[in-house]
Amino acid sequence: MATATLISTQDFCTWHQVEYIFIASLHDAGLVEITVIDQAEYIPETELQKLERMTRLHHDLDINIAGIEAITHLLERVEGIQEEMRTLKNRLRRYEDD
Amino acid sequence: MAFIDYYKILGVEKTASEKEIKNAYRKLARKHHPDLNPNDAEANKKFQQLNEANEVLSDPEKRKKYDKYGENWQHGEAYEQQARQQQSRPQGGFGGAQEFESYEDFGGGGDFSDFFQSMFGGAGGGGRSTRQARYRGQDFNAELRLTLLEASETHKQTLTVNSKQIRITIPGGVENGQTIKIAGHGGPGTNGGPAGDLFITFSIADDPKFKRLGSDLYANVKLDLYTAVLGGDITVDTLTGKVKLKVAPGTQNNTKVKLKGKGFPVYKKAGEFGDLYLTYDVQLPTNLTDKQKELFTELSKS
Repeated sequence: MATATLISTQDFCTWHQVEYIFIASLHDAGLVEITVIDQAEYIPETELQKLERMTRLHHDLDINIAGIEAITHLLERVEGIQEEMRTLKNRLRRYEDD
Repeated sequence: MAFIDYYKILGVEKTASEKEIKNAYRKLARKHHPDLNPNDAEANKKFQQLNEANEVLSDPEKRKKYDKYGENWQHGEAYEQQARQQQSRPQGGFGGAQEFESYEDFGGGGDFSDFFQSMFGGAGGGGRSTRQARYRGQDFNAELRLTLLEASETHKQTLTVNSKQIRITIPGGVENGQTIKIAGHGGPGTNGGPAGDLFITFSIADDPKFKRLGSDLYANVKLDLYTAVLGGDITVDTLTGKVKLKVAPGTQNNTKVKLKGKGFPVYKKAGEFGDLYLTYDVQLPTNLTDKQKELFTELSKS
């Protein structure tokens, strides 16, 4: 059985100097998953990269939750478009110098 | 090592106030922040320059030093020594020398230019306004160049990442520009956090013989006129060796032939292969002798 590594929200908040409400708001917006075990809240390790990115956007660039939500959706689209572009570029190589 | 104009990077005047510098940095950081520009090395580089400029210009001490030496920064140390000597000598009533600034005072980490490190020492500051929030270790990105043949075979390669050797298996069938993740081989986590990941992007060089589209390969085969007209046997190259092929009589130029299963391996599907498509490029004879011309003339009348 696969085991998931969990990081306590409290530890995360202490380390990153963020308020718990920040994570709770991201969770409410459906942007981050939180696992509750024995009334304690944890962040799955797989969510950490995404959460740290959102924390940086909030801290470094003063972006609020609504802005982070919009950026997250746009980034997903950008990544999808980048993947599509890669596929199309490879297809185009087939016809170059033909 | 060239002088870096931090004011130019932030697009502000030398007389800019702290607030103007902060605003300029914020505005540009929103444009070039790596989290907003995935897989964009240029934006990443630009953001590092912005960080460095902000690190210097938003810190009164560093800005003072930067403004003081400007393009003469290389002689900064000499100026300082001179200033110290002057300070130790009687000055005859004039004001004392400038206060000595230690070159070791600015600690921290990050990617800073040689210019910055030479002027301010150490590895630069962590950046007050550019705090890199990380619990999980940093992700590393690397590019691996492969030939088409190398990309067609599952094989192992040893990579050196941050002086650590990692042996990875590259599955046959990887695509140009495809990225694979090697979990846990990025930078170490902080405060017990997990390590980052290593992302390897493959760059597959063009092959002189074969073009690839997904799992299928394409190649042109030169066919002499006589074989095209009369038919015959030819030998063609595939990725894994030569194969014999029968050419039907009356084969037209640009005729396509499919060699099933002679293409590229399908990524992560052992034993599955794409097809190889050959296009015949019929070559007309040149430099005909008089006799040959006569024969062609006869043919044209028949």
